[in-house]
Amino acid sequence: MPARRSTAATLLTLAVAGAALAGCSKKDDAASSDAVKVTASDSACEVAKTTFPAGAVELSVQNKGSKSTEVYVYAAGDKIVTERENIGPGTTVSIHAEIKAGEYEIACKPGMTGDGIRQKITVTGSADSAAKADPRLAAAVEAYRKYAQEQADATIPVVTQFAEAVKAGDAEKAKSLFAASRVGWERTEPIAESFGDIDPKTDTREDGLEAGQQWTGWHKIEKSLWADGAITDDDKKLADQLVTDLKDWQGRIAKAEITPTSMANGAKELLDEVSKNKITGEEDRYSHTDLSDFAANVDGAEKAFELLKPVAAEKDAALAKTLDTEFAAIKALLAKYKQGEAYTSYDKVTEPERKVFSDAVNSLGEPLSKLAAAVVVG
Amino acid sequence: MDAETTEPTAPDTATDHAPTRRAVIGWAGAGLALGAAAAGSVAAATMHEAAPAAAPGIDSTVDIPFYGDHQAGIATPVQDRLHFAAFDVTTKDREALVKMLKEWTKAAAAMTGGREVGTGATGGLPEAPPDDTGEALGLPASRLTLTVGFGPTLFEKDGTDRFGIKAKRPEALVDLPKFPGDRLEATRTGGDICVQACADDPQVAVHAIRNLARIGMGVVNVRWSQLGFGKTSSTTPEAQTPRNLMGFKDGTHNIAGTDAKALTDHVWVAPGDGQDWMTGGSYLVARRIRMTIETWDRTPLKEQEDIFGRSKLEGAPVGKQRERDTPDLSAMKEDAHVRLAHPDSNNGLMILRRGFSFTDGTDGLGRLDAGLFFLAYQRDTRKAFVPLQTKLAGNDALNEYITHVGSGHFACPPGVRKPGEWWGQALFG
Repeated sequence: MPARRSTAATLLTLAVAGAALAGCSKKDDAASSDAVKVTASDSACEVAKTTFPAGAVELSVQNKGSKSTEVYVYAAGDKIVTERENIGPGTTVSIHAEIKAGEYEIACKPGMTGDGIRQKITVTGSADSAAKADPRLAAAVEAYRKYAQEQADATIPVVTQFAEAVKAGDAEKAKSLFAASRVGWERTEPIAESFGDIDPKTDTREDGLEAGQQWTGWHKIEKSLWADGAITDDDKKLADQLVTDLKDWQGRIAKAEITPTSMANGAKELLDEVSKNKITGEEDRYSHTDLSDFAANVDGAEKAFELLKPVAAEKDAALAKTLDTEFAAIKALLAKYKQGEAYTSYDKVTEPERKVFSDAVNSLGEPLSKLAAAVVVG
Repeated sequence: MDAETTEPTAPDTATDHAPTRRAVIGWAGAGLALGAAAAGSVAAATMHEAAPAAAPGIDSTVDIPFYGDHQAGIATPVQDRLHFAAFDVTTKDREALVKMLKEWTKAAAAMTGGREVGTGATGGLPEAPPDDTGEALGLPASRLTLTVGFGPTLFEKDGTDRFGIKAKRPEALVDLPKFPGDRLEATRTGGDICVQACADDPQVAVHAIRNLARIGMGVVNVRWSQLGFGKTSSTTPEAQTPRNLMGFKDGTHNIAGTDAKALTDHVWVAPGDGQDWMTGGSYLVARRIRMTIETWDRTPLKEQEDIFGRSKLEGAPVGKQRERDTPDLSAMKEDAHVRLAHPDSNNGLMILRRGFSFTDGTDGLGRLDAGLFFLAYQRDTRKAFVPLQTKLAGNDALNEYITHVGSGHFACPPGVRKPGEWWGQALFG
């Protein structure tokens, strides 16, 4: 047996012994009114409440059995949250722990062996509820909704022009509008994806299709324009359908479920999108306009961060500073590839250059994954 | 909060409240650990019977201490598995690099003690990704050691003094010369920082590198990495020297981790050797040596034995009976591997080897991409690996079956002596 483990066990036993002695001389141990009563016997483990709020939890354990017992609080997978060994027959002890919201089990182990007699408990509450109480965060959510709405509103005229060009058979004009028609969508993609049904219709790639699913949306038209070099009658119908679907999106943003957490994690998801599909050039594999989508994803993520920053900077100044630095770095990198309103065609971006992009995305994405916690932590 | 309600933490991590992975596994895990310990004792007992002079048996459940005068993972007993990673530093910001090294050290102390990184894999906020990636949950530390080293390019790259440490580059941290026959691949060569993770469980070693890579995002990224299995060298004078993928025992005369004099003479950098910050450290050469095992396997036994200078079954030197019999070098062929590499042929020069076998799929030609990941530690690479490899590369009969395809050279600083100190403190501090 590892030496440290033995040492730790010994220390624990000593501490328990000391506490038990203190318990004998101090009558009000475990008498606190908030304590949750646990009555242990040789064959039962009764917990007075099975639901209680997150935070400091006190268990008052009375051993009515004839054997010494142990009491554990287990999180999923029998991860020990807290434990108390050696609770002698007839004694009452208190156990304190900080418990987060979630599902747990309390186990009494008469005779201090085996898996114990178990009782499921639920600890309620979430960090988001604390966040909702912060008026600055409520304001950030509303400002972000407004931003998303503006993006959608600005998208509709562009996508309409794009559709008109497709319908007119004007491939060159359609090509010139393709990337621009996606910017508002790419900036706010997590919101669109939260609706579930719009994204598969508008932004699916050919290899993402399920059996029997008809391919519609931007990327089908993209393939016709760049790879096939021909606009079919079907494409003309799909162009109209794209406008209809995006108007649906535009109309639903007001009702979207947005929280500070979803904003922060949405920002992270935008970077995940870049990391997964854009770095590889898979997203816009025919038009190679990936960098335009990439830049829009970064814009949208930055907007969410900017809105959450007053709170984030207060709670985790170092993180806010890191994010400032990394957003600046990735934007500077993108700027090198900007040509007028458009970006360098991604097939002209070399492997070593893609590695630089990948590093920048990882460098931003990793700290961005910590933004939600920094914002909502109470 | 009462003492008994907090997780038991090791004395070396007063600031680290992450639960131990052992606490996570609970009693069932304790049973397993006991079982493993018992198995270890049996193995130890057996070993003692076979070789009365052997070192105490290795108990896989006893952690290798992280803190000490020297880094663990050099002279400490070799584990069964390896995950080695060479990193490029991508930042120009010295402060960011220092901050990462501090975080790495803290994480390394936790992981080598079988504990989770930070707030653990499940102990943090539900809204945030966990600090620990979690694939080692429920596993003991498995004798994990993490050993860090700094490559030449950290000090100077393309003529730039990147982090203001150019003047501190040790003279012994040379740019390795090109040896005859080297076919080094850029994607398996170099690196600004390396971390050698050794453990008895590959999952634990991989977990360690993965978590360091994640902590380092934005500061470093993985340039190349290598998994290894089946140690091919031993730092414990066991009865059995492990075999390499050619089926031979190699490294019988490796430096034992208990041989204080040999370590002092050949492995640890001594005061006055050069840069003070390296005193107590060691220089690591890592080489990915590809074996053309298909042609080796078509080679007659006698020829195989001549090439090594040892018998295949026993490992005895030519003309001798037992592995540890003193070799008669003159009885071996001129180009025999043992004859060329033996200290007696090299003015007593010795290196401490810690190699592992690898196989990484195929090479696209239907042959196994397999071989030896060679790790050698020494006090001064200029006086050890460089002359030795110069000689071997030019003459060794084994060269017909091996090719060096990857290479790294790193200055491994002395150990972190206590909590609060960090990897590279004397270099950057």
